[in-house]
Amino acid sequence: MTRLRALSVAVLVLALPASAQAQAEIVDGSGRTIRPPARVERVYAAGPPASVLVYAIAPDKLLGWTRALRPREAAFFDARAAALPELGRLTGRANTANVEVVLRARTDLIVDVGFVAGTYASLAERVQAQTGIPYALFDGRLDATPATLRALGRLMGDAPAAEALALWFEGELADISARVARVPRDERPRVYYGRGPAGLQTGGTGSINLEVLDLLGAENVAAEARAGLVTVSPEQVLLWNPAVILTTDPNFWQRAWTDPLWRAVDAVAQRRLYLSPHLPFGWFDFPPGPNRLLGAWWAGRLLYPRVFGDVDLEQKVVAFHRRFYHRSPSAEQLRALLGEPGVRPSQ
Amino acid sequence: MKARSIAYAGATAVLLALIALAFAVGRYPVSLGELATLAGALLSNAPHDLASNVDTVVLQVRAPRVLAALLVGASLAAAGTAYQGMFRNPLVSPDILGVSTGAALGAVLAIFLSLGALGIQLFAFAGGLAAVALVYGVGSRLRGHDPLLALVLTGVVIGTLLGSAIALLKYLADPYNQLPAITFWLLGSLAAVAPGDLAIAAPFALIGLVPMLLLRWRMNLLALPDDEARALGVNTRRLRAIVVAAATLMTAAAVALSGIIGWVGLLVPHAARLLVGPDFGRLLPLAMLIGAAFLLAVDTLCRTLATIEVPPGVLTALVGTPVFLWLFAVSRRPW
Repeated sequence: MTRLRALSVAVLVLALPASAQAQAEIVDGSGRTIRPPARVERVYAAGPPASVLVYAIAPDKLLGWTRALRPREAAFFDARAAALPELGRLTGRANTANVEVVLRARTDLIVDVGFVAGTYASLAERVQAQTGIPYALFDGRLDATPATLRALGRLMGDAPAAEALALWFEGELADISARVARVPRDERPRVYYGRGPAGLQTGGTGSINLEVLDLLGAENVAAEARAGLVTVSPEQVLLWNPAVILTTDPNFWQRAWTDPLWRAVDAVAQRRLYLSPHLPFGWFDFPPGPNRLLGAWWAGRLLYPRVFGDVDLEQKVVAFHRRFYHRSPSAEQLRALLGEPGVRPSQ
Repeated sequence: MKARSIAYAGATAVLLALIALAFAVGRYPVSLGELATLAGALLSNAPHDLASNVDTVVLQVRAPRVLAALLVGASLAAAGTAYQGMFRNPLVSPDILGVSTGAALGAVLAIFLSLGALGIQLFAFAGGLAAVALVYGVGSRLRGHDPLLALVLTGVVIGTLLGSAIALLKYLADPYNQLPAITFWLLGSLAAVAPGDLAIAAPFALIGLVPMLLLRWRMNLLALPDDEARALGVNTRRLRAIVVAAATLMTAAAVALSGIIGWVGLLVPHAARLLVGPDFGRLLPLAMLIGAAFLLAVDTLCRTLATIEVPPGVLTALVGTPVFLWLFAVSRRPW
């Protein structure tokens, strides 16, 4: 309902002549009404997913990163983006930003992308009341990304650029879904996602950390567990005996090969334990932004080689980087990204 | 005399029964027959025809975890008993001189630096030792006060300082990756204990245990005021240093293995004292038996109740709070 209303407002806004002064009101992802200034030139992204989206839509409008890019991350961006300052996070979960810093940066708009539930909405409301800067909150789920891109684009006055990104992203999601639909149930391997230094943290269906698996309709062995992160016992993993294990932790990936416990799991015995790439932003789990699209292609190839076999991962990386990071990775960077141990099946 | 023997025999029997139970239950189904076959094969050093997973579950998962629960439970209980006697205070727990907070800071720093499981354990152990060394070094130099009071106060303030350092690292940590890992470590768990981790922790815990057991009859004197003890020919300063070092080694090794598990070191000494009285020589072995049994029972519940692990600190608090209040209500003896 709100989305429909937002859409009609957007149509109205787009229909207005460009010379219109103040932009009309816009309803954000949490249902709050936002009145952005006529021209939005300086955007403060409150968390990493928002940074990625704002940078993708209008790289020149992003005021800074929540954490300055490390050299290994910065290598994937142009010099201006690499040099953007560190401004801190403003999300409710772990604030590191100072509201005065936001004000001093002459911010036109604050954007946060992630959960839109009550806590975050009230936080946004407070900061907005305190600073007088409009604070918009959008849904960060992977399948909500096109809608979030569009809404954010309208808010920032970059509707055409955002629309192009949204259309492309929709196409990618649709392509993935169409492929997944061709994988019969009995061809879907039982998969376990292991986080943390011991690989014993995982999540159930609906966890934000495992959205990629949900998108791929994967047989998550821990599906029944609570949505969110939980610890499981090694015995439970043995009992599940997954055929594939995905991880984001290099220490765990390294250790599992020699650990007798993990070697007793089919996935490790069959050498189907994979480590997700993490540069410049993680592919599989965090930060929970559009960057996880690459994780979906990556995991899709690993889980369903028959249906995803023709997907050229390098091409996917280039296409995503060009659109969202505004710079194609060099051949050498691609090789390093995809050639890291654990990323691809070892033959 | 007779009642005491019953207490010892009872605690030992309960502990043995719990060990047997802990080996027999778990998420992975292993039948009693399979367990017996495996035990027989191990004893006679003969090959067995069991599924290899049974072998893995029992020897790689359950055995180290059961041993870790025994080790951590006994260590925390022993350290708690020693400190409650030494500080003459029933509310003292093994963390009074900052060992858990120091270990937590070490572990959090290791997670912040993206080290692996081994690095986290070693950092935690070193952090625990360093924190107590700092507290003891500073506390014993504060002249003009009761030495015990000086130690406790130094422990409290330095513990607070270390707590702030942990808070700072949590604040700076990556919120999606490191922060959850830190939170899980601080919650405490024996889920990830592997045989290798145990091999590192056990020697240190045993090194701490030996002097404590050997000196346990003399430790009663620590409860006396310094001048009275000195009149009896005991160098309380040195004895105290040995006890602190021993308790610290044990606790640091335990916490590095399990993360922070509350209540064991506070509650178990009281339960033991209720059974055999305050004499340290008799108290210490019983407290260790009860501590080992208590944590083993809690951890067995933690890993069997649900598909996901239950944090042991939650269960110990759930059991500990009412039991502690009850013990206080029924206890008429001096602690």
